[in-house]
Amino acid sequence: MNFLDAIWLIPLFPLFGAVLMFLIGRRLDPQPERSPEALEPELAEAMGEDAGQEHGHHPRFAPTRRLISWICPGTVLVSLLFSIGAVVQLAGLAEKAHQVILYTWLAGLPFHMGDGAVGRFAADLGFLLDPLSGVMILVVTFVGFFIHVYSIGYMGHETGYYRFFGYLNLFVFFMLTLVLANNYALLFVGWEGVGLCSYLLIGFYFHRKSASDAGIKAFVVNRIGDAAFILGIFMIFALTGTVRFLDVNQALHGLSAETAGFGVLSLTALLLFVGATGKSAQIPLYVWLPDAMEGPTPVSALIHAATMVTAGVYMVARSNALYSLAPETMAVVATIGALTAIFAASIAFAQNDIKRVLAYSTVSQLGYMFLAAGVGAYWVAIFHLFTHAFFKALLFLGSGSVIHAMGGEQDMRKMGGLKDKIPTTFWTMAVASLAIAGIPGFAGFFSKDEILWQAWSSPYGSKALWAVGTVTALMTAFYMWRLMYMTFWGECRADEHTKAHIHESPPVMTVPLTVLAAGSVLAGWLGVPKAWAFLPGSFHAFEHWLEPVWVAAAHEAGQGAHEAALEWALMGLSVLLAVAGILIARYLYVQRPELPDRIAEASGPLYPALLNKWYVDEIYNFLFVDGLAKGGGRVLGRFDQAIVDGGVNGAGWMTRFASAVSGWWDTWIVDGTVRLIAFAVKMISYPVRFLQTGFVQQYAAVILAGMAVALGYYLIK
Amino acid sequence: MLYPITTIHYVILSAALLLIGTVGFLTRRNIVIILMSIELILNAVNINLVAFSERFQAMEGQIFAIFVIAVAVAEAAVGLGILIALFRNRETVASDEIDLLKW
Repeated sequence: MNFLDAIWLIPLFPLFGAVLMFLIGRRLDPQPERSPEALEPELAEAMGEDAGQEHGHHPRFAPTRRLISWICPGTVLVSLLFSIGAVVQLAGLAEKAHQVILYTWLAGLPFHMGDGAVGRFAADLGFLLDPLSGVMILVVTFVGFFIHVYSIGYMGHETGYYRFFGYLNLFVFFMLTLVLANNYALLFVGWEGVGLCSYLLIGFYFHRKSASDAGIKAFVVNRIGDAAFILGIFMIFALTGTVRFLDVNQALHGLSAETAGFGVLSLTALLLFVGATGKSAQIPLYVWLPDAMEGPTPVSALIHAATMVTAGVYMVARSNALYSLAPETMAVVATIGALTAIFAASIAFAQNDIKRVLAYSTVSQLGYMFLAAGVGAYWVAIFHLFTHAFFKALLFLGSGSVIHAMGGEQDMRKMGGLKDKIPTTFWTMAVASLAIAGIPGFAGFFSKDEILWQAWSSPYGSKALWAVGTVTALMTAFYMWRLMYMTFWGECRADEHTKAHIHESPPVMTVPLTVLAAGSVLAGWLGVPKAWAFLPGSFHAFEHWLEPVWVAAAHEAGQGAHEAALEWALMGLSVLLAVAGILIARYLYVQRPELPDRIAEASGPLYPALLNKWYVDEIYNFLFVDGLAKGGGRVLGRFDQAIVDGGVNGAGWMTRFASAVSGWWDTWIVDGTVRLIAFAVKMISYPVRFLQTGFVQQYAAVILAGMAVALGYYLIK
Repeated sequence: MLYPITTIHYVILSAALLLIGTVGFLTRRNIVIILMSIELILNAVNINLVAFSERFQAMEGQIFAIFVIAVAVAEAAVGLGILIALFRNRETVASDEIDLLKW
């Protein structure tokens, strides 16, 4: 079977599942009738708890619900199989890019290009499979499938089951459209679609105010980035006359890099990057991602860790031809990435909500990816995206399993000692935590170490970027193992009722954990450090696989100089720091658990600042929500009152004045003339009227007299 | 001694009737009398027509006289009808009391 020509089917399977859910899902999964009284306790319970995981008395659900559990993960599984088939066949091609163009979707809008010529805007409904999108569809469908399976267990006790799976399938559809699109316009459709699904799923527990607020926040913050992104797409079209990736690359081929200063290419690249900061939660638009944890945990794993938030990284890598021409923008990308990495890691130090720690960790890891992309090492960015998808999805699913076990508790201060009670969750999460901390052998080590090496050695890199990345590695190891130690070691700090109910999750949840744990170990071995020359070439497969995607300049930048001794030294340092981070966390949270509070007290304003996320939300609220939006609203209100209303009132006054003048004219000039004529007629006719006496005989006499006169006249003549 | 009755005699009779009718029309206040005066005037005309028809041996005059009689009948019927309607409203048949159509 030719999977290459069938790649357009890959996104359609989940769409089919989604449509099915929206059409007949409610019949397969009838929702329990809710009286207002029955809703009250549920609302109260939902406040401040994650999934409303209520154990003991589950509502009874229709048996047809099981069909949903088969259909929705099934569609993703079919997509996964098609993706595997397509990627395997792609590997056999000489030129590693396969385009399937179904039809022209937007056509023929005339458009003034940068050089003054008139271009015709055209965008296909077309799909491009190349090594880059190949990696992406495998990640999306593989991780997506296992998260679907996990959700069967996790969402099993929830109402709105069909709705959840419908949204989840719809998300997979849009995400696959995003990564398979062969042009920026269709990519943008997927981009907006995943944003929509993200909004819907963050607000899944819509009866909870904080959840719907978080959904709106995510949507609004993303709009800012999207506005810049769409401007960037227009810029690309104005520059090259096409939005198709391959053609854009072709058009940019002859141009020389803008080394002299910040030019139009740099601006285009920067606009695209602003779009990426929105979707991929970078400074300054990262604020929505931690709040997005209001959604169900599988959503956090799939959308807000493994796939959607990496769309920005994918897009930047996809635009590598453009970025290679804009070194200034690359510096911005690298700097923003490094700053986001360390900034988010610092916030993760002081968070007590298990999912929020992971959310900030995600922001931080995305920062790493942009750091790699910014120094020109696109393949490393995608490599980290790849490994991160496994271990971060695993961490989220693991945390979901912990929350599940704790009956909905998310505060790590109320956990502890879970190691022996939920062993599968513990072991898998430990693997993921080792991976993200950068312990050799686990996936995160390979990708993170390569990022640090590239930050050091790439022509676009610098020692400062490396230093920030390395410190962040230490911080990452610390906060992740702070999470692990607080959750799994020490005394259980939960109340007695919760403690009695702690139980391991069902196999439908633990099997995905195990699979992802295996991925968290193995995924890294596709891109071992160059210094490990003793391993055969297939251990560098990832880099070679992606090679055809990069333009020459981007490819060279990703090579770097390879000095084995230095690489070994830096590697040793980062491993040392990772181990140090874990040990510090162990010392503080296992051996001397009273110490963190004392440190917090001694730190002065630092700890409250971390706890409150550096007050960024408050500052944004003050500057943008209260300042720009409300203040601007006031200014606009004044403008409305003074200018718009003034104009309307003025126009009204003018009309009244004009009609008054016109009325005066009518009364005095027009009517006056008519009356004057009537008056004149009346005056003139006045003497004549008296002839009309009303006496018939007088008239007869006058007639007679007249006749006599006429007759007399003839007789006399 | 018998004088033949010639055309001039008819004309004199006709003129006399016309004069009587006209004076009656102009001077009497009773509308019934006024209508009767009109009949006199019409008959004066008829005598004239018949006399000259005889004089010129032409039938047109006599035919015309019959027309005039027919019209006079119609006129008398309408006039009396109006007069009765007027009397019912005003309880008078005096022409000088009926002067609504003045300035």
